[in-house]
Amino acid sequence: MFEYATAAVEGALAAGAVYADARVVGSRSESIEVLNSRLEQLDRHESAGVGVRALVGSSWGFFASADLDAAGAAGARATAIAQASAEVPGEPLVLADVPVVDDSYETPHREAPLQVPLSEKVEMLMEVSRVMGAVDGVALARASLAFWDTDKWFVSSQGHRIHQHLVESGGGFDATAVGERETQRRSYPQAFGQFETGGYEVVRRWDFPGNAQRIAEEAAALLRADQCPEGERSLILESSQLALQVHESVGHAIELDRILGWEAAFAGTSHLELAKLGTHRYGSPLMNVTADATLPGALGTFGYDDEGTPAQRVDIVRDGIWVGVLSGRDSAMLAGLEPGGMVRADGYGRLPMVRMTNVGLLPGDSSIEEMVAETERGIYMATNRSWSIDDKRLNFQFGCEIAWEIEKGKRARMLRNPTYTGITPQFWAQLDMLGGEGEWVHWGVPNCGKGQPMQVAHTGHSASPGRFRSVRVGVR
Amino acid sequence: MSAELDIAQRLVELVGGRAEAEAIVASGRAALTRFANSFIHQNVGEDFVVASLRVAADRRVARGSSNRIDDDGLHALVDGTLEAAGFSPVDDLWPGLAEPAGVPEVDNFHEGTAEATPGERSAVVRAFVEAGGGLRAAGFCDADVAYEAFANSRGQRLAGRSTRATLDGIQQTGESAGSAHSTSVRLGDVDGSAAGWLAAERARRGVGAVDLGPGEYQVVLGPEAVATIGIFLAFYGFNGKQVNEGQSFLEPAVKQFDERISLWDDVCGPGALGVPFDAEGTPRRRLDLVAHGVTVGVTHDRRSAAEAGAVSTGHAVAGGESFGPIATALVFANGDEDVDELIGDVEQGLYVATFNYCRILDPKTQVVTGLTRNGTFMIRSGELAEAVTNLRFTQSFVEALGPGRVLGVGADRRFADCEFGPGMVQAPTLRLASWSFTGGAGG
Repeated sequence: MFEYATAAVEGALAAGAVYADARVVGSRSESIEVLNSRLEQLDRHESAGVGVRALVGSSWGFFASADLDAAGAAGARATAIAQASAEVPGEPLVLADVPVVDDSYETPHREAPLQVPLSEKVEMLMEVSRVMGAVDGVALARASLAFWDTDKWFVSSQGHRIHQHLVESGGGFDATAVGERETQRRSYPQAFGQFETGGYEVVRRWDFPGNAQRIAEEAAALLRADQCPEGERSLILESSQLALQVHESVGHAIELDRILGWEAAFAGTSHLELAKLGTHRYGSPLMNVTADATLPGALGTFGYDDEGTPAQRVDIVRDGIWVGVLSGRDSAMLAGLEPGGMVRADGYGRLPMVRMTNVGLLPGDSSIEEMVAETERGIYMATNRSWSIDDKRLNFQFGCEIAWEIEKGKRARMLRNPTYTGITPQFWAQLDMLGGEGEWVHWGVPNCGKGQPMQVAHTGHSASPGRFRSVRVGVR
Repeated sequence: MSAELDIAQRLVELVGGRAEAEAIVASGRAALTRFANSFIHQNVGEDFVVASLRVAADRRVARGSSNRIDDDGLHALVDGTLEAAGFSPVDDLWPGLAEPAGVPEVDNFHEGTAEATPGERSAVVRAFVEAGGGLRAAGFCDADVAYEAFANSRGQRLAGRSTRATLDGIQQTGESAGSAHSTSVRLGDVDGSAAGWLAAERARRGVGAVDLGPGEYQVVLGPEAVATIGIFLAFYGFNGKQVNEGQSFLEPAVKQFDERISLWDDVCGPGALGVPFDAEGTPRRRLDLVAHGVTVGVTHDRRSAAEAGAVSTGHAVAGGESFGPIATALVFANGDEDVDELIGDVEQGLYVATFNYCRILDPKTQVVTGLTRNGTFMIRSGELAEAVTNLRFTQSFVEALGPGRVLGVGADRRFADCEFGPGMVQAPTLRLASWSFTGGAGG
C-alpha cells in the first residue's frame, strides 16, 4: 500500500506543493446492539482509500478518494485546492522538525475481535439484556459491542514511511426505567460504554454479565429516588465522570489549534492564553495532567500520529500549573513549542487535526471510602448523563445518572437527576482529595466530535475518583 | 439507470434468493473551505461512495457497508453480510421490505453547485471576510453533491440527486463575536457579503457585554436558536421509536404547543434539500408534525411503524436502527412580523442569536441545557440594548413552545444552522414568554 501513498505525495509535489503527506487507510469495523433481548442492529463496515495533504503557502489542501489507482491525481487535486486558498491568504505555514522514520507499530492484543464468533458476542449481549429486562421497572435493556481494526500506511515528502495496525474494542450496556413524567438510566461500565486499544480480552475483563443485575436494579430504583437537592455541597465524582470532566474542561481547552483561533467558528477557542503557559494556575496542587499516547491499553494510544510524529507523553498540568498543550507540526511551530504528536484524522477521508490522545488526571493517594468518610455534607455522583460547556471551555454543566447524599461521613439516600455546574479554574481549584492508583482507570471516549467536516476521534482519559469543595449542584 | 442504481441493483441480484435484500448506494463529492483569523487555513475535498446492504434471511437480519464497489468488493459485501445474518437470532419484529411505490418528482439539485470549484468557494469566503471591515473572521463555505439510489428484492428502484451549499461564519472584535449563516441548494444563492456584514454588525454591537444573573426572561430567539429547538423535538420527540419506547413527550391530537406553532417535515417544498425517499426505499412526502399547536404526526421507519400499527413515513436512516426515524427536513411555519416588531413588543427581555453545546437532560421532559453564543443582547423598551455575556440555560423545549408561550413569529424563515449541521431546519425568529437562564459567565 505504500506505493499508493507515495504516488499521492508525488502527485501533490508535482503540482506545486511545498510539502505533502498521504495516508492509505484500510479499516474494518463491527457493531452489535441488542435491545430487550432482540438484535437491534448488526453492522459490519469496510472501507479503504487514500487521503493526501498538500501545503501551499498558508493553507492545507486535502483530497481523499477510495480509488487507490488514482492516488497521484488525488495528490494533484489536494495541491490545486490549497492553491485556491490564495484568494484569502495568511502568513506561510512552516512545519516543526520531527524525526523522519521508517517504522511499524501494532496494538498489543490477544484476541482479534473480528475473529471472535458473532454468535458468542450476540449470546453474551442477549444474556445481559435478558437479566436487565427481568428486573421490575426496566423498560429498555440495551447492550452493545463495537470493534475497529485499522491499517494505516503513511508517507511524507520528507521521507516518512510508517505502517500501523490499530485494534480497538469495547462496549457497554444500559437499563432505562420509564416513569410517567421522566426516564431514568443506568449504564455500565460508563455512559456510551468503555473502549480501549486491545482485542476481545477488553470485553471479557469488564464482565458485563456480572454487573447487569445491579445496574438494572439501580435504574428502577432511581424512579423512586429523591430529587438531587439544590445548593452548594462537597462533590465526589466517580472516576468515569471525572474523566469526562478532564476531557471537556482540560482536554479541549489545551488544544493548540483552539488556542490559536483555528476552531473559533465551530468548536470554539480556549480560555487559555499562550503567554501564560508555565504560570497560569489551572487548579489545586493535587492536579497533575498528562497527555500520554504511550499508555498501554488506553484508547488514545498509538505508535505515530497522522503526521508521522512518534507517540509521546507530555505534561499538561503540573502541581496545578498549566505547562503543556496538544499540538501538531504546524501549530507547534507557530507557538514556538515542540510538536506533541497529537494530530489525527477520522479515517482516510478527513484532514488530520489536533486531537486528544490520552489526556488523564494522575492519581492521588486517597480512596473513595476515605473521601466519603471525610465528607460532612456532600453528594457522590456517578456516570455521565449530559454534558455541556461553553466555547472557551469555562462554563460547564454536567448531569450524572445517579448520586448518593453524603452525611457525616456516610453514604445516605440515593438521588435522581443529579447535576453540577461551575467555571473551569475555580472548579479545579477546589479539588482537595484524589483517589490512588488502585482506583485509577483508563476510560475511553469513542465519540469526540470536532472539525468541519465533522470528525469523530477516539480518546482516552485516565482518572480516579476525586472530591471538590463547594460546588453548585442540583441545577434543573 | 444511474451508476448508483446499477450498483444497488447488482447487490440485490448477488443476494438472489438467499435473503430479502435492500441496498442503498450514495456517491458524490463533499468539499469545504475553512477560514480562521481571516484567512483560509484548511481546504478539503472528497470523492465518496458507500454501498450499504441489509439482508433478512428467514428473518435473521444484518447490515454491511463498504466503499469497495468493484465486483470483488460487492461480492465480499454480500457474502459478509449474509454470513453475519446467519449468526443473528430470528427477529420476530422484522417488518419486511418496502413495496414498489413511486416517489414525488423532486430534484433538489443545481448543476453549477455540483461542479463548484475551490475558487468559487474561496470567492464567497473572501466576500465574507472583506465585509467584516477588519474584524477577525472564521467559518466555512462548503458545496456538496450526492447521488443516491435504492433497490430491494421486492422490486423497488429509486434514484435521486441533491446539492447543498452553506456559508457559516463569525466576525470577532477581540472581546465579542457575531455570527451569520446561509444555506441553499445553489452556491450562487449564498451571499458572503451579506452574511459577513450581519456577523460584523452583531460582533460590534456585542462589545462591552455585561454579565447577567440567572432568571426567567422573555426572549426573542433568532432562527439558529429556533433550529436547535426543532432538532431536539425531532430527535427525541417526534421520533417514532422514542414514542414506542415511552421516552417521548408526544401526545397525539393534544394541543401541546402554542397555536402559533406549526411544524412539518418536507423534502418536496420550495427550496428544500435532499432526495424524496429514505434508506428503506419509502417515499418521503410532507409530514405534518404540529398543526396550530396540536401534535398530529410522528416520524416512522418500517419497524417503528409496524410496532405502532402505523405506516412508514419515510424517515429511516441507514444504520440508524438503534436511534430510530428522524425528521431532517423540518420547516416551522412562517409568521408575519418583522424581527424589529418582535423586539419592539418586548419591554424587557433578551435577544439570542444562537445556542451552543445543547444537551438533553431527559428526553421525556425535553429539558435541555446549553449556552447562548455569538450575539446575546438585552432588549429594553422594545429596542436592542447592551450586549450580554454568554448565558447558560436549563429549559424544557416543549414547555417553552407550550400553549400561550409563543408571543410572536417572524416572517424571516430560512435555513438556519444548528450545532448538529446545516440544512436540516427552516426556522423563523420566535418571541417566547419566558426562558430559564440558570447561570452566566461567572457560573
